[in-house]
Amino acid sequence: MTLSDFLTLLPAIVLLAWGVIMLVVDLFLPTNRKGITPLLSGIGAAAGLGVNFALTGYSQTGFNGMVVLDGFASFTNTLLLISSLFAIMLSYDYMRRMNIERSECCALMLISTAGMMIMVQAYDLIVLFLALELFSIPLYVMSGLVRGKISSEEAALKYFLLGAFSSAFLLYGVAFLYGATMHTNLAGIVSAIQGGAVQTVFLMLGVALLLVGLAFKLAVVPFHSWAPDVYQGAPTPVTGWMSVSVKIAALAALLRVFVIAFPSVAAQISPVLGVLAALTMIVGNVLALVQTDIKRLLAYSSIASAGYLLMAFVPYGQGEVASDSIAAGLFYMIGYLFASFAAWAVVAAVEKEDGKGLQIADYAGLARRHPWLAVAMMIAMVSYIGVPPTLGFWGKFYLFRTALEGGLVWLALIGLLTSLFSAYYYLRVVVVMFMQPGETEARREVWVNLLAVVSAGATLLLAFIPWQLLDLASTAFLRFP
Amino acid sequence: MLTDYLPLVVIIVFSVILAFLVVALGHLFGPKRPSEKKSMPYESGMVPYGPGQRRMTVRYYLIAVLFILFDIEVVFFLPWAVAFRDLGLPGFLLMVAFVVVLEVAHLYAWKKGALEWE
Repeated sequence: MTLSDFLTLLPAIVLLAWGVIMLVVDLFLPTNRKGITPLLSGIGAAAGLGVNFALTGYSQTGFNGMVVLDGFASFTNTLLLISSLFAIMLSYDYMRRMNIERSECCALMLISTAGMMIMVQAYDLIVLFLALELFSIPLYVMSGLVRGKISSEEAALKYFLLGAFSSAFLLYGVAFLYGATMHTNLAGIVSAIQGGAVQTVFLMLGVALLLVGLAFKLAVVPFHSWAPDVYQGAPTPVTGWMSVSVKIAALAALLRVFVIAFPSVAAQISPVLGVLAALTMIVGNVLALVQTDIKRLLAYSSIASAGYLLMAFVPYGQGEVASDSIAAGLFYMIGYLFASFAAWAVVAAVEKEDGKGLQIADYAGLARRHPWLAVAMMIAMVSYIGVPPTLGFWGKFYLFRTALEGGLVWLALIGLLTSLFSAYYYLRVVVVMFMQPGETEARREVWVNLLAVVSAGATLLLAFIPWQLLDLASTAFLRFP
Repeated sequence: MLTDYLPLVVIIVFSVILAFLVVALGHLFGPKRPSEKKSMPYESGMVPYGPGQRRMTVRYYLIAVLFILFDIEVVFFLPWAVAFRDLGLPGFLLMVAFVVVLEVAHLYAWKKGALEWE
């Protein structure tokens, strides 16, 4: 064990250490000064981001090949850190207003983000599982942060039970893979499969169970049933953060494991992934249609987004197409991150202390009273649909293009049709905000408003440099060992 | 490879048959003279009291969590203590990091009042 081992995980270690320090700081703060912990946590996340940028370009493994630092990890780590930074901004005023100002929230957010980063860097299935638990357990706690509110408690319990269930699936899959290949390390699994002395039945079982475990975390249909309830019950900043970060981490881990270790079973797994992606896009978008609660609507929209993201990984075994489509998937993540935080910031600004203000009808007249927020929400919705000039458009454009390159015409067609379909419910929110009379009041809190404007601005402005971003995403993937 | 497990299967099958056989034989041929003492769940143990599904106070939950916390500490400490000389300074420093995290958790529980019963 040398210092360079620790260098491999340095961004995650910074966040973990800072999270622990935050817990201690919180203990000695008087109750009326709790507001300082989000600020300190924000500094921690920014420090992590700095370390991550400093380490971008390094490519090495650590701890006997159990974790890896490469361009791919640096890229997803950047997204995860930006996401947690945004979530801390979002929770700063919200937590105080809702009277749930507990500093555990920010500390847990940092620790959980560290878990996600380790998961992305994991090169061993046991480390993957450990990291999954490290980010999941704080999430269960954070969904139940509003103690005494039934829906929040329900969210925490539901998430905990189903999360434990999915972890069991994943672990069972790892056990089967170990039985088939005698390795948990990805490099070992690869050499065992190439060596040929592998029991195919166990290998397939392991791969399938691994996929199920991660699909639960991703909320892919048919493993999505927990998502709407959890997203509705959890505090809004936590929901926004969860819907972005967990998807990024789980997808990145899925990608790393499957592309590195299991290209040999791509012929069997790709159709399954294709059907899952198609189902997720269809079910997510259709069920979003009938929602009247904005949080549930965004929950179903995030399920649909998981479907689009999954689409990028269907041709993962096809060499040249795979790297293109995965770059497209990473690109879609950028657009999804900014659009989501713009939308969730507006939701947090409009939500009232008593839990009201979450119906779509409550957004009537927002455009007149708070034009900035309404425009931010509109940009987010338009980006979700995939209309130019937003990042969402380019994301879907690249995704569908690579799906066609991979010969998946039917999948691209389903994606296109469901996107058209989704325009109805996304635009309904815009219509309510801009065309219906009403007196919607929103909070004039600095951080939330700033976040809405910054994310919406990024969704719009970054859409003018899509090639540079795509280059970034594809070089990130090319440096994959 | 799977034939290695054959003795295990034989034992499982045999023990199931034996268990059923013993209970069935006792049931068929044994004398039945029940008394109050004999019908109690533990004939020679503690006298049970109250209903079997009483509600426990939630405080036991905290105690259980703290127990796990320190149990894990012991689990980690024991192998380290055995290999202390071989691991040397890096091992020592890692253990210090572990203890620091553990003590933060302990401190947290303490300050939040988890150690007070009332």
